[in-house]
Parts: sequence; C-alpha cells; structure tokens
Amino acid sequence: MTLETVLQFLGLIVVASPAVLLAALGLPLLTGIALSEDAQARLTKAGVVVGLVAAILILGLMLVTGSRHVPIELGHWVSIEQEHFHFHLKFVFDRLSVPFAILSFVLCGTVGAFATVYLHREQGYARFFLLYALFLLGMVVSSLAGTIETLFFGWELVGLSSTLLVAYFHERPGPVRNGLRVWTTYRLADAAFLVAALTMHHLTGAGDFAGLMGSGPWPEGVAAIDSWSALAVGLLLLLAAAGKSGMIPFSGWLPRAMEGPTPSSAVFYGALSVHLGTFLLLRVSPLLDVSLPLRIAVITLGLVSAVFGTLASRVQSDVKNALAFASLTQVGIITIEIGLGLRYIALIHMIGHACLRTLQLLRAPSVLRDHQMLEDAVGAHLTGDAVNPSRPATAFQLWLYRFALHRGYLDATLDRWIVRPFIGFFQWCEAMERRWTNFLSGGESLPSDRLKPYDDTLEDVA
Amino acid sequence: MSELHLPWLQLSVLLPLVGAVGVWWLKDRDRARTMSTIVCGATLVCAIGEWLDFATLGSFAAHDRWDLFQLLFHVDVYVVDELSAPLLPLGALAYLATVMTTLRTKSSRFAFGWTLVSESLLLATLSCRNPWLIIALLAAATIPPLLELRQRKQSTRVYVSHMGLFIALLVAGQLLVGVDASPANPPILAGCLLTAGALIRSGIFPLHCWMTDLFEKATLGTALLFVTPMAGAYAVMRLVLPVAPSWALQSIAILSLATAIYAAGMALVQRDSRRFFCYLFLSHSSLVLVGLEMATPIGLTGALCVWLSVGISLLGFGLALRSVEARTGRLSLDSFHGLYEHTPFLAAMFLLTGLASIGFPGTVGFIGTELLVEGAVAVYPLVGLAVVVAAAMNGVAVVKAYFHIFTGTRHIATVSMRCRPAERITILVEVVLIIGGGLVPQPGVESRYHASLALLEQRGDLGDEHAKDIYDDNATTLDRTEPAATDKNQNKP
Repeated sequence: MTLETVLQFLGLIVVASPAVLLAALGLPLLTGIALSEDAQARLTKAGVVVGLVAAILILGLMLVTGSRHVPIELGHWVSIEQEHFHFHLKFVFDRLSVPFAILSFVLCGTVGAFATVYLHREQGYARFFLLYALFLLGMVVSSLAGTIETLFFGWELVGLSSTLLVAYFHERPGPVRNGLRVWTTYRLADAAFLVAALTMHHLTGAGDFAGLMGSGPWPEGVAAIDSWSALAVGLLLLLAAAGKSGMIPFSGWLPRAMEGPTPSSAVFYGALSVHLGTFLLLRVSPLLDVSLPLRIAVITLGLVSAVFGTLASRVQSDVKNALAFASLTQVGIITIEIGLGLRYIALIHMIGHACLRTLQLLRAPSVLRDHQMLEDAVGAHLTGDAVNPSRPATAFQLWLYRFALHRGYLDATLDRWIVRPFIGFFQWCEAMERRWTNFLSGGESLPSDRLKPYDDTLEDVA
Repeated sequence: MSELHLPWLQLSVLLPLVGAVGVWWLKDRDRARTMSTIVCGATLVCAIGEWLDFATLGSFAAHDRWDLFQLLFHVDVYVVDELSAPLLPLGALAYLATVMTTLRTKSSRFAFGWTLVSESLLLATLSCRNPWLIIALLAAATIPPLLELRQRKQSTRVYVSHMGLFIALLVAGQLLVGVDASPANPPILAGCLLTAGALIRSGIFPLHCWMTDLFEKATLGTALLFVTPMAGAYAVMRLVLPVAPSWALQSIAILSLATAIYAAGMALVQRDSRRFFCYLFLSHSSLVLVGLEMATPIGLTGALCVWLSVGISLLGFGLALRSVEARTGRLSLDSFHGLYEHTPFLAAMFLLTGLASIGFPGTVGFIGTELLVEGAVAVYPLVGLAVVVAAAMNGVAVVKAYFHIFTGTRHIATVSMRCRPAERITILVEVVLIIGGGLVPQPGVESRYHASLALLEQRGDLGDEHAKDIYDDNATTLDRTEPAATDKNQNKP
C-alpha cells in the first residue's frame, strides 16, 4: 500500500464521516424510525471521532513526509467534455485546510458533547443533531474544497443548517424571524459567491483552486488573472465573506443568531460559522497580491468591522450578544491581517480565537448561574453603582453609546432603504394586478384575501 | 424511424381515457379515487416503460409498434424523442402523486374523471410533434379546468380571455408559418404570434394573471396539474424553436428573465399560500424558458435539466402545500401556523422540495441551475447575474413560507394531522428522486445534453464540432438524421 493510497483512503474517511453521520441520522427520520437519544449521541460521537482521527493521521503523515499539498481526486461529479464543463470533486489537504478541518471536528465534537447533555429530553433533539451533522458536513467540505464549486457546496450547507439552528426554538416567532433574517443575508452572500465563482470559471477556464491561484502550495500560489479581474472577483468574494462572517454591513445577523440553543448553536456562530468568510479570504488570498485596491478594500472592511464590533460589544445588555460582537471584532482584525498579507498569523489567530470563543460561550450560561449563586449567598449585588459610579458624558459619548446600542443603525438602515422599498414596490405591483384582474373578472377577483386561516378545517369537519 | 417494442405511447394516452369513462360511471367517490389511483399507476408504468424502451434504442426519435395512425393514415402521430421521453413519466408521476395524495375529505371537490382526461391530453401532447395536433391538444387541455371553474361557480373571464388569446395566437401563427420556414429563413410575424401564444400559456409577464386566477379559484390539485407539466415550454420547443432566429430567442429570454425576477419578488410579498406557490412556480418556469431560449448547448442543457428538476421539486412542493391545506384550509402567510409538530414529514418534504427547486447543493436542481447560469453568462453576463438574483429571492421566499406554515407558534390540534400512507409513499418517492438525482446527476445531464444538441442541430445552430459529436454514434446515425427533415415538414401549414 503506497503513501498516496493511504492518504487517499484517509481523505475519503474525513469527508465521508460527516456525510455518513448525516445519512445515519436523516434516513431513520424520513422512514419514521425514532432513534433514541443515546443512539444519536453515539452516532455523532463516532462520526466526529472517526473524521478527526483520520484528519490528524493525514496531518501526521504530511509532517513526516514533508508534504504540503495533498490533493484527493474524486473525479468529475458531472462532466460535459465537449463543452469543457466539469464539476470536479476534489479535496485538498494543505496548511490551510488541515488545521481548519481539525478545528471544525474538535469544536463540533465539543459542541456535540455539551449538546447531548444540554438538550436532553428536548423535543427537537433529533432535529438538532440532524442539523448539526449538516453543519459539520458543510464545514468539512468547505475547509477541504479543492475547487470553488465544492467550496460553494459546503458553504450552502453551512448556511442552511445555521439558519435552521437559529430558528431551533421554532414554536416562538422571535427565533424564526431571526432565522429568516440570517437566511436572507446568507442568500445575498451566496449570490455574490456564485457570481464570483462563475466569473473565475470564465476567466481561468476551471474552478480548480490550483488553476486559479497558481500551482504553488498555499500560501505561496500566484493568481493567474490580471489585476482588474482580481479586483472584480475579489470584491464579490469580499461581499460573500462579509455576509458569512457578519461583517459590516451584515453584522445585524450576529446577535440574532444567538437565539439558537445556548451554548451549542452559539458556538457555531461565535466560533466556526463566522470564520468561514475569513477562511474564504485566506483561500483566495493570492488574489490580494495581484490587486492593491482589493487589498485596501479588505483592510478597510476589516478595520471598520473591528471598530464597530468593539463599540457594539461594550454596550450589549446580555452576554451572548456581547460575545457575538466581540467575535466580530476579532474577525475584523483577522481580516486586516489577511489584507496585510499576514496569512499564517491570520490562520493562527482564527484557530486561537475560535477555541477561546467556544470556551467562553460554553461557559457563559454557567458563569451567570455561578454569579447568581454568589449573589444569593452574599445577599447583595456583587457589582453596582458604588463600583462603577456614573460619570457625566459628553454629547459625542452619548451619541456613540446610542450608536453602539442600536448596533450602528445597520438593521434599521437596511430595512428603510432596501427592504421597505423592495416590498413596497412589489406590493404596489400586487395592487395593480388586483385591479387588473378585478376589471377582467367584472368584480372581486381575489376572494382568498377575505378568508381567515383554518376557514374550512378538517377539525371542523370532524 | 426506430420503433418501440410495445405501443407504450398509445397505451399511456388510452388508459386514462378509458379510466375516465369508468370513473364517471362510479357514484362512490372513494371507489372513484381508488380507481383513478390504479389507472394513474398503470399509466405511469406505461410511461416509464416508454422511457426505458426508448433509452435502449439509442435513437433520437421513435414511434410506437403497431401504431394505429401509422397503419391507417401513414402519419407518425405518436412520436417520442429525447426531449419528450422523460417528460412523459414526469407528467404521469404528477397525476399519480396528485390523485394519491387527495384526502378522502377532498374527494368530493376533486373531479377525478376530468383529471384523467387531462392526463390523457397531456401525455398525447407530449407524445406528439405535429404542430397542428399539439395546438389542438393544448386547446383541448384548457377545457377541464374551465369546466371545474364553472362548476364551482367562479368567474371564468380572466381564464377564458387569456386561454382564448393563447389559442387564437397559436392558430394564427401556425397558419402563417411557411413551407420553407427555418431559423435561417424565419417567418417573423408567424414566429411572433406563436411565441406570444406559447408565452401566454407559460404565464409570461404581464400576461400571467390567468395563472394566479386559476390558483385562486380552481382546486389546488387541478391548478397544479395544469401548470406544473409546463406545456407552454413544450409548445415553445415544438412550435417556436424550429423557426425562430437566435436573436428572437434571446429577446424572449430577456422577457422570461424579467418575469422570473418579477415573480420571485411577488412570491416574497404574497400573503396567500396558493398565490405564493403560483408566483414561485412562475419564476422557476420562466427561468426554464430563459435557458431554452439561449440556444446554446450549455444553456439549453441547463434549461432541460431545470425543467425536470422543477417538475419534480415544485410538484412535491405543491403537493406538500396541498396536503397541509387539506388539513387546515387555505393558509395565509401573514401569520405563523406552527404545524411542524403535527406534520414533520410534510414539513420536511416542503423544505426539501422547495430547496431542490432553487437548486440547493445535493439536490436534483443544483447542477441544472449551475448549467443554466453558466449558459446565461456565456450569452449575456448580466442575464447570468439576474438568474442568480432571481434564484436568491426564490430561496428566501421558500424558507419564509416554510417558517410561516410550520413554525412560529404552537398549534393545538384536536384531531391527528399525521401523514397518511399514500402521502408518506409520495414523500419517499420525491426524496429518492430529489436526492438521488442530486447525488448522481451525470446520466441525467448527459441525456439532456444530447437532447439539446439534437434540438440545436435541427435549428442548424451547431458548429461542425458539435454536429460531428451527434453523428459519432454509428449505430444511430440514420435515426438522428430524421428529425430535421421531419420537423421541417411538420411546420408546413
């Protein structure tokens, strides 16, 4: 058995383990078989451990052999030779993807371990772990993707699972509305990503990262496109990354994502999901070397997001939101590092921050409980006005406070200038259509407007 | 022309007709429902038989063995080709799934007899390449929904005015098509009339209001079955594509694109679930038309793939909505209904089929949408961008509807809302088709690519390289040369 065969086998296990986990949890649900909590927990543990061990073995083999770039070719998923259309399935193990894949397994494994306890006897236990498996698969596929289409595949899975996890407590409208907001933002980011992928495809003739970013192993590749093309594609990818990582102007979804079950889903958005955007920027970082304006745009976005994140995090009234915006600050700084070309530092920063934030978010609920227990024991508030006496604030400070408290008015601005005109326009169109069909019908044409929900229910019949 | 081993096409058309007669004799609605299910099942078997039989022939086109029309009139009426071969089982599946998922409480409202007649007409249309016969069958297919609207005492003026115009335009256009009509020598006026007619049937903006009106006033099952097989797109392929020049097709593509974006925006603001579905479907069917009119191999392949994937996924989506409605009545999207806990299977089907329709990765629509966007970008980069925007808006609309119907509140039910076995079987079949087609897309894409090459070859739009690819297969060379000549003759007035 050659080294290449071993690596190929291990690579397949890394990708297949979350896919098998997803199938193992999903198929029984579809066929109406209810797995016990214990069985689901064991399956999850097995899926994560197998994938993690395989990834660590690959890392070990790469370190031993000094290999920096191990492509795992799975051939063409779809191919139309005559049109040179290929959907190439390829995964790459390199200095960027291996740490990120291992990070995904470790953090998801940690979350899984906490969630089995935290969600014990919850009605949505099975739904949570199904979405968890979808999220893990998305993260692993995104991390290891060797082509931009494969990355898009994983990217979409992460988006959908994130949305449904935000709306996990779906018997209340709040989480659902927030989930929809997250999904809308993601769709915008995904659209930008898809257009960027197609543009890159057209510019270089293939979606393979090796073709796009030069043949050298990450981070030493050289982009094979001119500076203006790099700027156009780079800006689209920056938009996609901003949406996924909750950077300006899309940061409104970050605190909304905290509606998910604590601490589990919070970890996804505080530690893993938010880093997917910066991971994308790292993956395509050779583009930044080609275009100075693109690099400036990346640094600027990172800077603005970091400053905004630190302002907003300081005034949040609950710990999850404060941590969410603190994450944004770090993501902003990581983006600046990427813009400055400090790729290894950005990667180390990303891994360190993800681990730290996971620890914080997992600990946050019990910290609050500990704090309350202490207060109960002491019989008084542990902090108060005596410790932090209020000081007179200047007008600018007050404005800054309001600005931070309202999260930069970003949601309100987007609502006012984009959502409302959009909805208003189409509602006007609907009214015009109604008038037209009323005219054609010679009377009221849309009687369903008068119908109340459950007008002729089965229950009434029964 | 190659011959199928059995008269699958005639059986597919005849079985529902005979079944309809039988159903009309039955007074008991339950027995009528059971009989309709059996007939639709048998028809689906015939349609699948046709598809498999045709696939084994490796030919571009084939007709029935023991073809009665051929024997009596020496005319190839029932012909299946690479375009229509998978559309027949898809159409038959739509009817079977709809009839199967009709709950007993809704049996009295659903006209099983007329549904079987519609199925027969649809399958006859899809088995036919003669323009005049296609027009006649399309015209006849408008009658069952009209009768249902009348029976329900609903205003038919919107429906009748649009369908009347659609038929009149097709007839006038076909009358004006010359003997030597081709994309190189296009009959401009005839082409415009045919295009306008086919686009009205497809629900192109601003002449789409009949579709919302139908969803508003007819039963959801009838409306679904009238629109989801995309007979308008079929008319475009059979009547317009052979004679229209490329610039005209691309102009239609822009119009379709405008409809796709408009309908996607409208789907987002709808407060009634049926109208939401109608606009969602309209947006997707317009996207199919965008690809069909691109007249490039990639764009056309993408459109043909999306045609099948939208047919499968939006049928499932519509049936999920219909099943929920059968339990709760008309659903508004103004408020939350929280039905997930009562119908998790329907919720899963709703989400899965909705996501498949927008081309979510891992589902049957993914590769088709990628191909469609790729083809659109190759012709006009901005068109590709607009397709992506429309798909993004549709994605938001689907998840929004899912949240409104299945989540957001706790629904208290006094009777069980669980899935019936028939619904569960339908869900599982849909899941197999959607996920199976998503995980193993190559055979489907290959078949659609070959069909698109053959269709473009008929138009003379292919370069030498592509033409050579079509004729590479020695065993089928003769069969593949026939359609071009046949179609030219068929366009004679």
